[in-house]
Amino acid sequence: MESLQRVFGKNAAYILIGPAAIWLAVFFLFPMLSLLTTSLSDPATGSPINGYTLTWRIANYTEALGEYWPYMMRSLLYAGIATLMCLVLGYVLAYAIAFKAGRWKTVMLVLVIAPFFTSFLVRTLSWKLILADNGFIVNTLQTLHILGEDGRLLATPFAVIMGLTYNFLPFMILPLYTSLEKIDPRLNEAAADLYASPFQRFAKVIWPLSLPGVVGGTLLTFIPATGDYINASLLGSPNTQMVGNKIQQLFTTAGDYPHASALSVILMAIIVGMVLVYVRRAGTEELL
Amino acid sequence: MSLADGARGDLKLTGLHKRYPNGFVAVESLDLVIPQGSFFALLGPSGCGKTTTLRMVAGLEEATKGSIHIGDEDITYAKPYKRPVNTVFQNYALFPHLTIAENVAFGPKRRGAKDPTDQVKEILALTELTEQAAKKPAQLSGGQQQRVALARALINRPDVLLLDEPLGALDLKLRRAMQVELKRIQEEVGLTFVHVTHDQEEAMTMADTVAVMNKGRIEQMGAPYDLYTNPQTTFVANFLGRSNLIKAKVVGREGTGDDAVVKVDMHGTVATIKASKVHTSSDEGWVGIRPEKVLIQPEGQSIDAPGAALSGAVVVDASYIGVSTDYTLRMPWGQEITCFEQNTGRRGGLIPVGTKVDVSWRPEFAFLLDSAQDVEAGLEED
Repeated sequence: MESLQRVFGKNAAYILIGPAAIWLAVFFLFPMLSLLTTSLSDPATGSPINGYTLTWRIANYTEALGEYWPYMMRSLLYAGIATLMCLVLGYVLAYAIAFKAGRWKTVMLVLVIAPFFTSFLVRTLSWKLILADNGFIVNTLQTLHILGEDGRLLATPFAVIMGLTYNFLPFMILPLYTSLEKIDPRLNEAAADLYASPFQRFAKVIWPLSLPGVVGGTLLTFIPATGDYINASLLGSPNTQMVGNKIQQLFTTAGDYPHASALSVILMAIIVGMVLVYVRRAGTEELL
Repeated sequence: MSLADGARGDLKLTGLHKRYPNGFVAVESLDLVIPQGSFFALLGPSGCGKTTTLRMVAGLEEATKGSIHIGDEDITYAKPYKRPVNTVFQNYALFPHLTIAENVAFGPKRRGAKDPTDQVKEILALTELTEQAAKKPAQLSGGQQQRVALARALINRPDVLLLDEPLGALDLKLRRAMQVELKRIQEEVGLTFVHVTHDQEEAMTMADTVAVMNKGRIEQMGAPYDLYTNPQTTFVANFLGRSNLIKAKVVGREGTGDDAVVKVDMHGTVATIKASKVHTSSDEGWVGIRPEKVLIQPEGQSIDAPGAALSGAVVVDASYIGVSTDYTLRMPWGQEITCFEQNTGRRGGLIPVGTKVDVSWRPEFAFLLDSAQDVEAGLEED
């Protein structure tokens, strides 16, 4: 801090915060304000080309919610299931990397991040091929009579949730790994020495100490998964559409910016509310 | 408060052997009986196998061969959480997310105690931690954390309490205080303590019996006094305190029973050594004498020792430590030996460097070790 003050003078802190603050003001605060005013404008008197005027039309919100609440619920449900699956799969993997991987640790971490080297869209599209109706997996499952003659994987809720789980898994693994890796393996030995069975060791020592990672990972998975529309549009059907799909359609196809904005704000409010409750209950202020 | 009621007996290690997959033998066919209620120390340099032995008793490491018994119960392959044994870990391994009281209650709760509050209070009082009960480990000093680790183990009234370098992380002053404290607690609770350490002073001040370990084997075992005054190997002579080892030839044996002595010739001077302190049967050996047993006097003055005197030594270094003075002497045959002289004030100053001195000691303090052993064994690790 002293050396920073020598370079920047007394206002070192403000000068250092400056660039990020300006960035946020331009690219976050301004669009947010624009979104809020649009969500309160009359869709009948404006258009995407001519712009909208703020008329405090609260009805946009009730209409959006009344019309699209099933999509909202589906989003929360799919994202919730995907987050849970990420947690189970990610925890096992992160645990193995942290405690059992030995010299393969770095390699395994790189493999976790490897999917990011190709585009999200391309990876999801490739799942479309893998799960295709006459693809290898569906054919095999049909031969084994696990799927019926007309059974399919693509365009089902399974495909959408699987896609969400697949795409967001690394966001779960990395914070979990960071948390688990910090746990001193001797604590596990100490617990064993103090009569804790393997399950008790996990429940009383490992799990509580990994909670910061669990909270971080679930937030990083659940929040983007709730707003996602790529998986539902590429792997789903009209029956599996999520709220993100509706927002996208309202903006692009329908050109109804006020209702699209209102729906976006509602989604944001719900997520922020849920996160606040969740973080408070998990007691992370203390753990982090 | 005795916690030893219902303790099941001695800890017996029989032919205990540990070989790691990479071929390294950490513990070699160890046979050891640690009597119930004793304070036992396993002393040795790092890598000597003492911690591995401890971990096998705790169940954190599996023995390759041999067996571990407590009383009649074979616990060689019992799971760590099913053994009547608890450990005080080197870096304490306290649970950071639990309070001190919860840390201490951890063991009793896993064993099904519904409400161990009273037990916890009692043990926290014994270890003087009552004030800290609601704090988290990170809020405590090193000495307090050490006591929590002890309390957390003691509360379970184990048949054997294992202490793995428990004072290693404390500073010198606190370590001295905790040595006394640990000894007091051991006497009060009456449990068997097995203490692993590389600090010979710690082992000697605390333990009833000390086993000196080297390269996976026990070099010598006994009460601290016996180990120090009558070491049987050069390793013990050097590792436990310091020793001057002087090459000598055996020239004769005289007397019988307690009076039996062995006569040795050290570079021309003949000295006697009690037969009970002779640990070689060959006709050559290392005469060992502790530095504080070495008496010196400027050439020509009389020395208060009945044995033969070695003459022609020269003082090459004198360091004044206050309570004593360490002299380094060069003997006529070139070897340097050490002498610690108490500053009783009798001499009225130091013997200056360069002075020619006579060297002697009381014959009963000397010991004779096997000449085949490495004269520098046990020196490099300190």
